[in-house]
Amino acid sequence: MTSQTKQTEMLSGAAMVIRALADEGVEYLYGYPGGAVLHIYDALFQQSKVKHVLVRHEQAATHMADAYARASGKAGVVLVTSGPGATNAVTGIATAYMDSIPMVVLTGQVMSHLIGDDAFQETDMLGISRPICKHNMSVRRPEDIPAIIKKAFYIAQSGRPGPVVIDIPKDMTIPSQTFPYHYPSEVKLRSYQPKLKGHSGQIKKAISALLTAKKPILYAGGGVIMGGASDELTELAQVLNLPVTNTLMGLGCYPASDKQFIGMLGMHGSYEANQTMHHADLILAVGARFDDRVTNNTKKFCPDATIIHIDIDPASISKTINAHIPIVGLVKPVLIEMLELLQQKKKKLDSAAMKKWWQQIDEWRAVHGGRYDSEAPLLKPQYVIEQVSKITKGNAFVCSDVGQHQMFAAQYYGFNKPNRWINSGGLGTMGFGLPAAMGVKLNYPDADVVCVTGEGSIQMNIQELSTCKQYGLGVKIINLNNGYLGMVKQWQDMNYESRYASSYMDSLPDFVKLAEAYGHVGIRVTEPEQLMPALERAFALKDQLVFLDIHIDPKEHVYPMQIPGGAMNEMFLSKTERT
Amino acid sequence: MRHIISVLLENESGALARLVGLFAQRGYNIDSLTVAPTEDATLSRLTLVTHGNDQVIEQITKQLHKLIEVVKLTDLNDAPHLERELMLVKVKASGAQRDEVKRCADIFRGQIIDVTASTYTVQLVGTSDKLDAFIQALAGTPILEVVRSGVSGIARGEKTLAL
Ligand SMILES: Cc1ncc(C[n+]2csc(CCOP(=O)(O)OP(=O)(O)O)c2C)c(N)n1
Ligand SMILES: [Mg+2]
Repeated sequence: MTSQTKQTEMLSGAAMVIRALADEGVEYLYGYPGGAVLHIYDALFQQSKVKHVLVRHEQAATHMADAYARASGKAGVVLVTSGPGATNAVTGIATAYMDSIPMVVLTGQVMSHLIGDDAFQETDMLGISRPICKHNMSVRRPEDIPAIIKKAFYIAQSGRPGPVVIDIPKDMTIPSQTFPYHYPSEVKLRSYQPKLKGHSGQIKKAISALLTAKKPILYAGGGVIMGGASDELTELAQVLNLPVTNTLMGLGCYPASDKQFIGMLGMHGSYEANQTMHHADLILAVGARFDDRVTNNTKKFCPDATIIHIDIDPASISKTINAHIPIVGLVKPVLIEMLELLQQKKKKLDSAAMKKWWQQIDEWRAVHGGRYDSEAPLLKPQYVIEQVSKITKGNAFVCSDVGQHQMFAAQYYGFNKPNRWINSGGLGTMGFGLPAAMGVKLNYPDADVVCVTGEGSIQMNIQELSTCKQYGLGVKIINLNNGYLGMVKQWQDMNYESRYASSYMDSLPDFVKLAEAYGHVGIRVTEPEQLMPALERAFALKDQLVFLDIHIDPKEHVYPMQIPGGAMNEMFLSKTERT
Repeated sequence: MRHIISVLLENESGALARLVGLFAQRGYNIDSLTVAPTEDATLSRLTLVTHGNDQVIEQITKQLHKLIEVVKLTDLNDAPHLERELMLVKVKASGAQRDEVKRCADIFRGQIIDVTASTYTVQLVGTSDKLDAFIQALAGTPILEVVRSGVSGIARGEKTLAL
């Protein structure tokens, strides 16, 4: 019993919070102080293992933590005060929840005895966050803090990941009250045991279906990225010669430059991806959830397809589209088991059928392979993204805001690696881009980190330019400035006879001066020939934040665009063409 | 179709709110809900009556399973089961009505558990259908108050929902 003779450390609740994070291996904590968390901030000040990043608005703290998680696969951690601090974090928690991103959010709370009294800066954060997080807990006894934090990380990072909120009343962190500290090495919960391996019988069935299919397609989503299974997915696709499409969340899980990649699918998916899906006789869905932005009208969805659906979350299976062969499990071990089975199998693919299928797909590719008017006198956003891709060799972390610019980035950057495309897919949170880029840059200081944004979105968290200065975050901001809430305007063009109700951004700031006011470099680009020199200059300034305010064609629309109420393959292809 | 779902839930604060919130958030129906601690103080047992088509019920059970505090659950409709509900009915009972109400309560094996000069309070246990039928049978008697417990259910035979 030598281990027990070792003297137990006595720590205050506040010190335990920070110590537990350190023991969990947390390097950065993103947050903002306030009354309810001052004990914790004081404990933070007295150590050096966990570093704190002071944002300018709590929403940014959550997006920074979220983006770190998207890039690294590990939970990001946030610390905010009670009341307004906590409510400011709500958008970021919901953003992470919708995209299944692991995050641990510590919110301060008023003293236990004041809870329920409408005390100063009291909000029911457990109640507010309940529908937008994977789980939440409150601390009732300081000595429980290490176990609660361990549990939060376990829940956030296992199964289908998601944000976990811990509400900490101020009296749980009083510096003078100390308790024995012990950080558990693991947690076991009788009520939460996520499945790991898939059902072998189902996996066998899936393989037989794949080997007999004549028109198969692999449809892969964000689950492949969060499940760290890109290599296995790529191998499986190549062994079976499958055409591969990615969801908005899945971009990068299969290399975009490979000939088997047919683009993103769904609302703004490629012509060939949506056609291939619609005509497929077998869909292998991996870590994707048949979201309404993918399926279009579910009643007309892929009429001939047998559906194999691999997902860690049983509730995602047969939720909107019925799966014929459901496989519940982590994508990685399931894909590995599939690869092993394929190696043993004598039976080969129907190569004649596959040849025909690929011929058909190539015809679709030829019809509409990402066209835009490259001869136009005004700068086209698609062109800008292509040039950004070129100058970063397709290797940058691209953190996007929400709008047309997001879709152009998704369509034209060409992601060859997982965890590099970082965007708010499920919630579509304008204001995500800049803090996300900051979270990535802080953790990957040597990488090129780009924030693709619009003049609308960037103003939702523009105050973070100040945080960038404080921490020397050399993010490159590509502001695709069209002077409009472009995505809104596009819908108004298409559905409201171009009545631009509040989609015009009047009185825009001078972004170049604004960047300079915050101590950064600003460059304005108004002519096509200015673009490359500006990009070269921006990326040569390694450690500096450069704000590129790029004035683009305000009339551009995102195409293809699925026709509402139609099947997957019913699309507008340009302002004048449709399927 | 009507389904009775039994749930074993960690007896922790917030767990019930989370479960009820799920139904509101996702637009599922709750027809009745009963909840109380079990012989194991760390667990609550909950019986939930809901309705929906097969797909909706499948989603409900899957979404319930996802809640961290849900330890185990079963859809009682999957096998033979028993269900009981308790009802207390206060009716106006004067003159000829007094006999009428008593006769009716006897037929339904109810008990009169409180009496005043002008009222009876009847206690009745049975399936929800039986309780509905009793209310109908009282037609003509002014009902002053009805309180129902919601359904409790259990599987028949050796099948159990336990740890
Ligand atoms: C917080 C928030 N509010 C509103 C919306 C609705 N919305 C979606 S795209 C968009 C316009 C975005 O404009 P901008 O950032 O300039 O991008 P653009 O579409 O012009 O490229 C709006 C208002 C949203 N997604 N998020
Ligand atoms: Mg815009």
